[in-house]
Amino acid sequence: MSKAQDTMLYLNGVSVAFDGFKAINNLSIIVRPTEMLAIIGPNGAGKTTMMDIITGKTRPDDGDVMFDGRTDLTKLDEAAIANLGIGRKFQKPTVFESHTIWDNLEMALKKPRGIFAALFYTPSEEDVARITEILETVRLLHRKDEYAANLSHGQKQWLEIGMLLAQDPKLLLVDEPVAGMTDSETEETAKLLREIAKTRSVVVVEHDMSFVRELGSRVVCLAEGAVLAEGSLDQVSANPVVIERYLGR
Amino acid sequence: MLTQLLRLALLTLSLLLPTQIARAQDAVDIPAQIAAMGEASLKELTQIVVELSSTGDNSVVPVLTALADGNLYLDETSGRVIIQTGSAITDPLTGEAVDLGAEADLSRIRVNNGLRRDISAALSGMTLMSDNPSTRLSAAQGFLAKPDAANLPLLDEAIAAETDANVRSAMQAARAVTILTSEDASIEDKNAAVPQVVAGAGRNAITILTGALSNAPDEVKPTIEAAIAGLEQGRAVWGALQNVWFGVSLGSVLLLAAIGLAITFGVMGVINMAHGEMVMLGAYTTFLVQLVIRQNFPGLLDYSLLIALPVAFLVTGAIGVGIERGIIRWLYGRPLETLLATWGLSLILQQTVRSIFGPTNQMVIAPTWMSGSTEFFGLAITYNRFWIVIFALIVFFALLLVLNRTPLGLQMRAVTQNRRMASAMGIRTPFVDAMTFGLGSGIAGLAGVALTQIDNISPNLGQNYIIDSFMVVVFGGVGNLWGTFVGALTLGVANKFLEPYAGAVLGKILILVLIILFIQRRPRGLFALKGRAIEQ
Amino acid sequence: MLTQALFRALDKKAVWVIGIFLAVAVLVPMANLLIPPGQFGHVPTYLVSLLGKYLSYAILALALDLVWGYCGILSLGHSAFFALGGYAMGMYLMRQIGTRGVYGNPTLPDFMVFLNWKELPWYWYGFDNFWFAMAMVVLVPGLLAFIFGFFAFRSRVTGVYLSIITQAMTFALLLAFFRNDMGFGGNNGLTDFKDILGAPVQAQSTRVILFAATAIALALSVLICSMIVNSKLGKVMVAVRDAESRTRFIGYRVEYVKLFAFTVSAIMAGIAGALYVPQVGIINPGEFEPGNSIEVVIWTAVGGRGTLVGPIIGAIVVNLGKSWFTSALPEFWLFALGALFIFVTLFLPKGIVGLWKQLFGASRKKAEEPAAPTPAQSADIERGEDPSTFDNVQPRPAE
Repeated sequence: MSKAQDTMLYLNGVSVAFDGFKAINNLSIIVRPTEMLAIIGPNGAGKTTMMDIITGKTRPDDGDVMFDGRTDLTKLDEAAIANLGIGRKFQKPTVFESHTIWDNLEMALKKPRGIFAALFYTPSEEDVARITEILETVRLLHRKDEYAANLSHGQKQWLEIGMLLAQDPKLLLVDEPVAGMTDSETEETAKLLREIAKTRSVVVVEHDMSFVRELGSRVVCLAEGAVLAEGSLDQVSANPVVIERYLGR
Repeated sequence: MLTQLLRLALLTLSLLLPTQIARAQDAVDIPAQIAAMGEASLKELTQIVVELSSTGDNSVVPVLTALADGNLYLDETSGRVIIQTGSAITDPLTGEAVDLGAEADLSRIRVNNGLRRDISAALSGMTLMSDNPSTRLSAAQGFLAKPDAANLPLLDEAIAAETDANVRSAMQAARAVTILTSEDASIEDKNAAVPQVVAGAGRNAITILTGALSNAPDEVKPTIEAAIAGLEQGRAVWGALQNVWFGVSLGSVLLLAAIGLAITFGVMGVINMAHGEMVMLGAYTTFLVQLVIRQNFPGLLDYSLLIALPVAFLVTGAIGVGIERGIIRWLYGRPLETLLATWGLSLILQQTVRSIFGPTNQMVIAPTWMSGSTEFFGLAITYNRFWIVIFALIVFFALLLVLNRTPLGLQMRAVTQNRRMASAMGIRTPFVDAMTFGLGSGIAGLAGVALTQIDNISPNLGQNYIIDSFMVVVFGGVGNLWGTFVGALTLGVANKFLEPYAGAVLGKILILVLIILFIQRRPRGLFALKGRAIEQ
Repeated sequence: MLTQALFRALDKKAVWVIGIFLAVAVLVPMANLLIPPGQFGHVPTYLVSLLGKYLSYAILALALDLVWGYCGILSLGHSAFFALGGYAMGMYLMRQIGTRGVYGNPTLPDFMVFLNWKELPWYWYGFDNFWFAMAMVVLVPGLLAFIFGFFAFRSRVTGVYLSIITQAMTFALLLAFFRNDMGFGGNNGLTDFKDILGAPVQAQSTRVILFAATAIALALSVLICSMIVNSKLGKVMVAVRDAESRTRFIGYRVEYVKLFAFTVSAIMAGIAGALYVPQVGIINPGEFEPGNSIEVVIWTAVGGRGTLVGPIIGAIVVNLGKSWFTSALPEFWLFALGALFIFVTLFLPKGIVGLWKQLFGASRKKAEEPAAPTPAQSADIERGEDPSTFDNVQPRPAE
């Protein structure tokens, strides 16, 4: 337990296998409060499965997963974990397409999630202000009444990040946030995530090396479900094993 | 009262020493005795019966039987005694037809119940020595049902002379029962008698032993009780086996109905509510095939089912391909819409058949090799059920073979697992879809052929199977043929085991509730495929 | 809180629909009672009851739409909830017969006397009281749906699996109610009703009042549904329909959302059944037929699911068609119904309302409405977040 203290996310010796295939193999990772961590690694390294385990979608066969130093995540389901303060952005942007952008954020906004709370919910002025603020941050204010289905791929990514912000989580798990974005959008996203990481912990999974460089955070390289190397981006990318297994020569 | 006692005593005497008497009194004039019956009083008749039976001559059996049955008449005109059954008049001894002429005036020779009892006892004694083994057997069973210590010597003699093992065993059982119930047999004899009852009395052994238990001496009681317990256990085992057989039989029907669904639903993910109608069409195809054969090639009638098999497969398979190309292919990935569209289709198919053939049931005649039944170690097995079980197994394994060992099967599995990749590798996915659906429908047609043997052929035939079939597939686990196999047999057997306790309808309700509960525990069924790729 | 929710519920469309049915609740009875027979505008009493039957079907279709159109749960058990509500009402009506039955037994209904029963079964107690019976109309379907839904949704039985087990539930109830020993009249069901609240069921005035009650119940149902779907909960329901696990990841308990919708919907179906029974004069196990449930689905689909007006229009239009066909061309009704199923699913996925919007509504939209995600697309969405991409390739066991 003591090791988990003062950590936001604590994975120790986590393993999971699907029909004999070890997707995650004795994985140990620590994320501290208000720390940004970038995770890189080849396809099949287990990055998404790791996120599934943290968010309760997949149960690990073995190992500890602790949140905020005290909560055992392996015992909880997705909704409970989300309500603890872990937000997740998916690899492929998934927003609620038949709702307006505003409604997407309103649903994500941190509020009681109970049935009757939702049934009788009326947005307060504060809520409206908060949603407006988020819309400005993700630059979608002018399109707030449009259906989310009409957004471009990059805009959906931003809306999803906006929904994450609305959830006000302590830990953000962001899976490939800049896929399909232009260079300037990528730059903006990096800026936004750095901003967010000032007050929260952020875990970013990304292939785009220039984006990871811009994040300027600690980097972990995964391969075959375990940590291959860890350190600054320069350290990791200089690591001969990483070069051989992931970056290529 | 006194006369009755006397009569009994006389009779007993005659039965005690029948053969001796027979040998000693070869002189008894059978025709004269019979002729005397015409004018005899009841008392005299009793005497005559004793006399006749004492001869031990089988030729008197008909006359005694006729007397007991009230078929023995006196012709007042000629004074002859004859047997009349229906309109036939025969001589009581020779059995030849007799023409009494127009003046005949028949009056029945009267008997009462006391005399009838005497006759039947006399006949048992007589028939125990009959030449016909089945007559001897029924005589022995008569003694078994009405044990009387007085008959023991008779039985002993019959046993000694008996050559047929079955009959002897029945006689020994009768003897054993007699000993058990008699008051002066020794304890050892009684104990020894118990296993003989068990061996020879068949299904009645438990009743007989239970009856004997109350009057038995205390020393014998444990033996009898142990024997009863043993018998009851045996009966429970046979009962269970019989239930297993019924269950397997029902399960094979379910398997036949569900296996096509396992293909369309399990492999393709298509909810085909018209699956039951494919079964129904298969049954009507069988009906038509038989009609054609009966009118044109009556000699082939016995093979009409075999001929109907490929025809039904092709007909329903072709309809299946048509449905897939016409409707289902537009609805891939929308299972709930597929459910609605195929339901609509099932209504249309039912109504079409109803318009053509009418709402009444049609008949398919069972071939001779499928009718009748056999006894297999005490299990009653009807041939039609037996062949359906065999047929279901053949279809199941043939389908496994097709899926696992043929190019089409390989392509089917490839398309199921990764449609885009399969398409990229040059597999014509639309063709494979159509063939898969056709295969599933064709198998439903085969099921229809089999069902003609056990169910009514009506437009609603399919409706009776569709829910059960879905239950089987969902219970067994979607996408796994072995799951369907195990699911069908499990549900069949479970159903038959519940029926005796809960009744047929309640048993079925219980099964449905159990499946609903089971799905809660294992939403993906018995043989669920594991892993993330299966989700969604 | 409630007032705000109510206010939100009364958007322009809902006000129109509610207004129309409240007007119908007044106008049709007036046309029956005030305009003398034979004169233009008179609505004969049999027609009033027929319309009342359609309106109770409309409530049922609306109930199904709440779970299917908005929450993505295709229930094939709604005819069961409808029938249970109907049976609760039927039991009240049976108790009101009193000594007027064929056997004249003051407490036991005729069929129980016929079966030689001596005592009223315990579950018939209290049904002589109207309000108790009305409570049961709500409670029995509601509780069944709650218990069934609690287990089904908790273990994440979704999609066609859920449809199939709701159908199994309905089928089990059908078999159960056919049994004489169940004490619900077996095959014949409950019929020969005499009084409701002291008024003869057959009387013109009673029929007119029952019609008005049905129309008002329909208006209230629209109000409640509108309140639900316009709330944040309603948006979450749609979110569950389109991307179930995404909704989980932003912290909503999908199982409770579904359970709420399912239970409310079952209660509405039960009320519809209770209004239906006195107007048709009989309830029997045939109402549990799985086919009936699927027919309700087609009403909803024809009208347009995911809208509040659609199911009402669908229920009325399809049943008008059914009435016409079964009298004019009885042979062809099943052909027509079957063809309707196929046509609507293939060519009219958004129903009559969707077609209307497409033809007349497009130009006035403030923002372009997205092609409403068909289940296929939402399945894609679901698949999207299920990253069965090259990351984590995993072998699938062969057959």
